[in-house]
Amino acid sequence: MKNPDHITGPAGPILEYIGLERINGPLLVVQGVKGAGFDEQVEIVTPDDKIRLGRVLSISEDVAVIEVFEGTTGLNQLTARVRFLGHPFEIAVSREELLGRVFDGLGTPLDGGPTFSEGSPRDVNGLPINPVARAYPEEFIQTGISAIDGMNTLVRGQKLPIFSGSGLSHNDLAAQIVRQARLLADDEGFAVIFAAMGVRHDEAEGFRQSFEESGVLKNVAMFLNLADDPAVERLITPRIALTAAEYLAFEQGMHVLVILTDMTNYCEALREVATSKGEIPSRKGYPGYLYSDLASLYERAGRLQNRPGSVTQIPILTMPDDDITHPIPDLTGYITEGQIVLDRTLARKAIYPPINVLPSLSRLMSDGIGPGRTREDHQNIANQLYAAYAKARQIERLASIIGEEDISATDKLYLSFAKAFEQQFLKQNDDENRTINETLDLAWQLVALLPEHELTRLKPKEIKTYGTKKGSASEDAID
Amino acid sequence: MNNSPTATQLAPTESLPVVTMISGPVLKICPASALSMNELVEVGKERLLGEVISLDHDVATVQVFENTSGIRPGTKVQGLGLPLYVELGPGLIGTIFDGVQRPLQYLQHQWGDFIQRGKIGHPLDRERVWTFSPLLSAGDQVTAGSILGEVAESSIVTHRVLIPPGKEGKLELIVPAGKYTLDDVIANVKTPDGTIHGLKLFHRWPVRKTRPYAKRLIPAEPLITGQRVIDTFFPLVKGGTAAIPGGFGTGKTITQHQLTKWTDADIIVYIGCGERGNEMTGVLVDLPQLLDPRSQHPLIERTILIANTSDMPVAAREASIYTGITIAEYYRDMGYDVALMADSTSRWAEALREISGRLEEMPAEEGFPAYLASRLAAFYERAGQVETLSNKKGSVTLIGAVSPPGGDFSEPVTMHTKRFVQCFWALDKEMASARYFPAINYLQSYSGYSRKVEPWWSEQVASGWLELTEKAMQILQEDAKLQNTVKLLGEEALPDDQKRIIEGAKLLKNDFLQQSAFDAVDTYASPQKQFLLLDIILYFFDRLAEIVAVRIPLFRALELPVVVEIHRLKFTQKGDESAPFLAIRQQIDQEIETLLQQHHENSF
Repeated sequence: MKNPDHITGPAGPILEYIGLERINGPLLVVQGVKGAGFDEQVEIVTPDDKIRLGRVLSISEDVAVIEVFEGTTGLNQLTARVRFLGHPFEIAVSREELLGRVFDGLGTPLDGGPTFSEGSPRDVNGLPINPVARAYPEEFIQTGISAIDGMNTLVRGQKLPIFSGSGLSHNDLAAQIVRQARLLADDEGFAVIFAAMGVRHDEAEGFRQSFEESGVLKNVAMFLNLADDPAVERLITPRIALTAAEYLAFEQGMHVLVILTDMTNYCEALREVATSKGEIPSRKGYPGYLYSDLASLYERAGRLQNRPGSVTQIPILTMPDDDITHPIPDLTGYITEGQIVLDRTLARKAIYPPINVLPSLSRLMSDGIGPGRTREDHQNIANQLYAAYAKARQIERLASIIGEEDISATDKLYLSFAKAFEQQFLKQNDDENRTINETLDLAWQLVALLPEHELTRLKPKEIKTYGTKKGSASEDAID
Repeated sequence: MNNSPTATQLAPTESLPVVTMISGPVLKICPASALSMNELVEVGKERLLGEVISLDHDVATVQVFENTSGIRPGTKVQGLGLPLYVELGPGLIGTIFDGVQRPLQYLQHQWGDFIQRGKIGHPLDRERVWTFSPLLSAGDQVTAGSILGEVAESSIVTHRVLIPPGKEGKLELIVPAGKYTLDDVIANVKTPDGTIHGLKLFHRWPVRKTRPYAKRLIPAEPLITGQRVIDTFFPLVKGGTAAIPGGFGTGKTITQHQLTKWTDADIIVYIGCGERGNEMTGVLVDLPQLLDPRSQHPLIERTILIANTSDMPVAAREASIYTGITIAEYYRDMGYDVALMADSTSRWAEALREISGRLEEMPAEEGFPAYLASRLAAFYERAGQVETLSNKKGSVTLIGAVSPPGGDFSEPVTMHTKRFVQCFWALDKEMASARYFPAINYLQSYSGYSRKVEPWWSEQVASGWLELTEKAMQILQEDAKLQNTVKLLGEEALPDDQKRIIEGAKLLKNDFLQQSAFDAVDTYASPQKQFLLLDIILYFFDRLAEIVAVRIPLFRALELPVVVEIHRLKFTQKGDESAPFLAIRQQIDQEIETLLQQHHENSF
């Protein structure tokens, strides 16, 4: 644990109190506090002289409510000492002390290296970015994954979450994105910040190995709050990670990719604290400010006009019971710029990555693609794939009722299109890195399975330029 | 608060109030006897802005419009003696403000890329010089709302300088035409009680108070949005109210942006209330580049932006709606048609809920406070077409996006909003998934204004507009019924006369209702184009009946070359002239006749 010496208070005396009024779950209540402020960082000294960290959740003239990140187990009402540090939760970061390192959820090194010492302390809550100062994200990031590049394009400075379910391959997908994302081409100018909240040890290790194998480990900083670490600590882990990311992006000019996993665990920790405080819950027991709280994390992505770097976020969350209307995915979807939705049915068909493109979306796609960025036909061919696949899914439902024999010839073509789309376009190996041209050419091959008059989203000129030789099956079917 | 007042707090009332409790954006302060309800306060040395939201004995509850980190009990609080207000005057157009009208461009210039707290600038630029031309002269009697003079605020907007309410009387002095800043006194008015008021180019107005007008009018002129599904099927009027509910990813924001860009209002107020920062940036990037289809000047020249993104303080998000509507009313009072977009009212309602929760009020549905409905009603009632105090016609149209959790329209904000708006544009998840945009579900949406705007369409565009839209809607409704059968049996199972309905609906859906926001031509459709396009589609649909009647297989008519031409119309024609549409009509006639002819010959 931390050595008390390295945490130096601000000028002036640090307030220290002995004895607690109440301990309730992760919360402490201290009475008779004078001169402490809201949101202030707190150190709690246990009877065996270890230090735990916390912060002030609310304070009145004499009572302070404190959340303890490392849990309240073992604290004693009479002997626990509480120090108010006079500033919000802060970390001091520097590039050298960050990259290639592994930390716990509160920023303490797990790799035996030095603690943060250089650099000026930063409030982990960050500050809102002035919308005027933002640069609109429009630089295409090639992930090498067709379902993303072709249909849900990721751009620099975007926040694009992966909505997954328990047991689906979201970790493999995230790791593949990190390995392949073209934004990593330039060796010096990129960094990956990996923040784990309540994930299993083997998942975190899987990520580490993947980073190591692809040789990016020296550009990665990992902040690990694992499943057996204190739950409340999860509330601070992503904030530390994002503070580090903002520092690297906006002061060091790096392009930073932040992976936050698993946001569902974060939200549950938030609910736990809110319930302990006796707050009025809104949906499913989550606090009414869940939206604002999530926004305070997700909005810390973006680019700035006057600074070279960028923060791109890929939060991962598992939808409880695969329910996309659950408050966590629901509120996330309202804040992030789209979502990549993984689907159990596709996974059962052994399709990796099991991305269901229909509910997936990238809001910044239209600005990141087109002539000069990807290709002029990108938008329309993507729309055509969407429309055709949506129609094919409807026909599938129909075919399951009346039988595949009784549907029209055109409908049958749609079914074979859907099959080819899933097996050739969606499905790819976890080391298969497709260029955007390969992805788009593949898309054209697929739509060639459909008769031309069904391709209402494509312009005749585009069909002439990019349309591959028509599949023979479709010719026969029209006659 | 159950704190018993201590001796120091019982000291004379002049003693400054201090903070006694902090919980998120909510503070309690004491002693509060000198403060009044909704009064602005400044907290601490950083002068964080807050507003009194309840008074109980000697304790005031204050919502703070900024982050309260580090505030301590005992911090001094200063009452400002006036309620939350906005500054109204030249310089609003083209500016982007936060929820309490702090100018964001200025903040960036002054304090950098991140929003620091307590850094307040004047909402309106004090140094900028405006060219003022007086319209009245000394000696004139003026009433509230009289137009003192004009300032060219942007290439599109002429700013009419109004006598603020409460300053009516005799004009003692008015400056000659010339260049003035906002701090210059441009006129003196002597009110009946003998006091002389110096008037400037701007004045202040409390945001929670509706601005006065002479009388309310019944709106009947459509607000043309250039979006076919809206203008033709679910029209809005100048001075009307509309809600756009939809789950995430259904295109609420794109629809709001399209309306911001293309509606034929004189002034647009766009409120990004608790939404994404990048979206506001997108608006800021787009608007200076796009040209107003009527004036050919950049759209930013008629737009005021209010951005309180989701990571900015929650209390300022609550205030942003009121800041926006007050500015909208101000331009209405100059005689303009103003359209206000609020994206999203759900975030505003959530801000209410958050503050209410911190106050430990008894919640009603889903944790929302019981006064949610009345607040929503009061907000939407500030829309309307009015005769202004200076006898001009002006209007405020309100378009509120609603973000129902899980896309479920039975949640409190959507339900209550539905009670207070006349237009309901329901966005549909399934349509959005198929990239069918705008994803406005024509079976769930409605407009109470269709019949009211009919005279306008008949006079300005063409007679028979209402019949045409009703006929199209009927086809869509019948199609929806038939789709139930299609789902079970497939399209092939239907007889040709029913297939004709399905095909007609397909044409309507693909070639009329679907509209691409990203296509240079299709993004805006003039009323003329809307009428001509709908007319041609329905004409083709009518002629298909002849094909079906003589038992020619329907697919043969659908393979006619003219069908492709119809598909193309929305991308190629702007609708300024009817000739291309007439040509298509002739082509339809010709090809259908040929088909009938061939059939006739073959059957002999």
